[in-house]
Amino acid sequence: MTTLTEIKLLPTLILLVSCEYLAIFKKTVAMHEVFLCRVAAHPILRKDLNFHVFLEYNQDLSVRGKNKKEKLEDFFKNMVKSADGVIVSGVKDVDDFFEHERTFLLEYHNRVKDASAKSDRMTRSHKSAADDYNRIGSSLYALGTQDSTDVCKFFLKVSELFDKTRKIEARVSADEDLKLSDLLKYYLRESQAAKDLLYRRSRSLVDYENANKALDKARAKNKDVLQAETSQQVCCQKFEKISESAKQELIDFKTRRVAAFRKNLVELAELELKHAKGNLQLLQSCLAVLNGDT
Amino acid sequence: MSAPVIFDRSRDEIEEEANGDVFDIEIGVSDPEKVGDGMNAYMAYRVTTKTSLSMFNKNEFSVKRRFSDFLGLHSKLATKYLHVGYIVPPAPEKSIVGMTKVKVGKEDSSSTEFVEKRRAALERYLQRTVKHPTLLQDPDLRQFLESSELPRAVNTQALSGAGILRMVNKAADAVNKMTIKMNESDAWFEEKQQQFENLDQQLRKLHASVEALVCHRKELSANTAAFAKSAAMLGNSEDHTALSRALSQLAEVEEKIDQLHQEQAFADFYVFSELLSDYIRLIAAVKGVFDHRMKCWQKWDDAQITLQKKREAEAKMMLANKPDKIQQAKNEIREWEAKVQQGERDFEQISKTIRKEVGRFEKERVKDFKTVIIKYLESLVQTQQQLIKYWEAFLPEAKAIA
Repeated sequence: MTTLTEIKLLPTLILLVSCEYLAIFKKTVAMHEVFLCRVAAHPILRKDLNFHVFLEYNQDLSVRGKNKKEKLEDFFKNMVKSADGVIVSGVKDVDDFFEHERTFLLEYHNRVKDASAKSDRMTRSHKSAADDYNRIGSSLYALGTQDSTDVCKFFLKVSELFDKTRKIEARVSADEDLKLSDLLKYYLRESQAAKDLLYRRSRSLVDYENANKALDKARAKNKDVLQAETSQQVCCQKFEKISESAKQELIDFKTRRVAAFRKNLVELAELELKHAKGNLQLLQSCLAVLNGDT
Repeated sequence: MSAPVIFDRSRDEIEEEANGDVFDIEIGVSDPEKVGDGMNAYMAYRVTTKTSLSMFNKNEFSVKRRFSDFLGLHSKLATKYLHVGYIVPPAPEKSIVGMTKVKVGKEDSSSTEFVEKRRAALERYLQRTVKHPTLLQDPDLRQFLESSELPRAVNTQALSGAGILRMVNKAADAVNKMTIKMNESDAWFEEKQQQFENLDQQLRKLHASVEALVCHRKELSANTAAFAKSAAMLGNSEDHTALSRALSQLAEVEEKIDQLHQEQAFADFYVFSELLSDYIRLIAAVKGVFDHRMKCWQKWDDAQITLQKKREAEAKMMLANKPDKIQQAKNEIREWEAKVQQGERDFEQISKTIRKEVGRFEKERVKDFKTVIIKYLESLVQTQQQLIKYWEAFLPEAKAIA
């Protein structure tokens, strides 16, 4: 009997594995698509040669990963950044726009981080429940095949129902993961990137202010004034340039965020509806058969 | 201890009557109330009976009973009926941990859950017991349902002397079973025993899976609630007005869905899981009845062996020519012949009773499972219908983000 059950369950097992694979594949494709669309929409990045090569070169790209040296450099850069971050974020901004953005981003980033974690947990619970449906379906099947009374038909029909319902529940979990968890994860990283941008601007501001102080000192001592003036002008230009592009980036960030949330929330609701209706139909038709029997 | 012959006959007659009678009795167990304080405290439950059967004094009446009263009732019924082949429904299980929490006065959700679980189990226990036509006639059962005062059942205390004795007896029984080699003349019994063994295994597996589902559903509910709060916070800090609103709406939807999950977990447990656990214990009672039949056979077989020995002893006495010993031997032979006859009658009776009981049990089982499965599916339908309502309400909110 064991062998027979195993053979009967093999197509289900294959379907299960391929469903999992398909779900992960869909996720990966979606993430890559979002990334490429963003690069293509960016006024400066879209012109990058690397991007063009990526899109057009029809042979293998042979990208090499970062070697040890490069990874180490990244590590140190991050360390310096977090130490600096503490110093620089204390400075209050003269510009209202950036001050608002800073307050907003700090809070938003933390909340989106929390929401992302909670959404992950919720999605995983859904999947566990779907797995339970699978086991219940198998047990009911075993009961149905063994039972010699009237109720065996019930067991077999409900076993079939649980098998089908389980697939829908698994898809609910996968769709929630795709439309909600992934969305939140993405904006977690995006809001971090926005924070990093603000940090870089703050750094540039600090450099500018330091250059100003140096210039004042030089003028007071009347020593190396030209040098100080040039240095101050360079810092000023850098600061104004980064402020201008940062402002635009942050406005875009908001626009994109709103659009992405809208798209995903609408799709989430539509998918939840589709699955709930599917489940309902399965349940009602099963009940009709069972009630007709009694 | 076997029931007197006169009782047997009238029982049969009454059973015939009961089968024609419309089964009309409904039992409810409600209003759990804590009585007393500290470690001597206990829960009292209201047992309400609604019936049109003439054997009861009134049509509707209720009494207050505590858990040990139920155990006492079961103990009495089991002692009277199990060994003659009746499948006596088992009482709900004791739980020292659960009860201690209640006694100590923890007013938290886990002790409320425990009390509710017990109340529902006691109700199902009584419903099953009164459904049994023979047990319904029992005076102890009637006293349990009707009389306002009930002598306390002391032998049910978990760690009492009687309790320990019972445990020892159970163990001895188990050892005995291994050594009884019965000549089964009736294939029906062997078949049925195997069937019940298989059913037991499968039900246990199913029960374990359903328990896992209950657990995961509760987890899902908690995680959904946590996400709802988090989404609300996110909505608060979102500075785009329309998106902020939509996120708050999402939080509300998820909160409602959390409620749904809780209700579904409730149904998972009380409708599905508890039925399975009831039947696992019922099947243990069925197995017990088959065991009693084996013991009955053993008694008959032992009597036959003893009779044979007495006959041999008589033959020896005849040869040795001891007149007074011969008379004694003849007396003993008569005694044991009667015992052999009684043993055969008992065995036939218990076999007949078991056949009928198993037939009745199987009918009940089919009805129970069909009813419960339909009820459970209906709970699932309700959940999906609610989900559709919630998401249909949310969709325009999401689309309104501009």
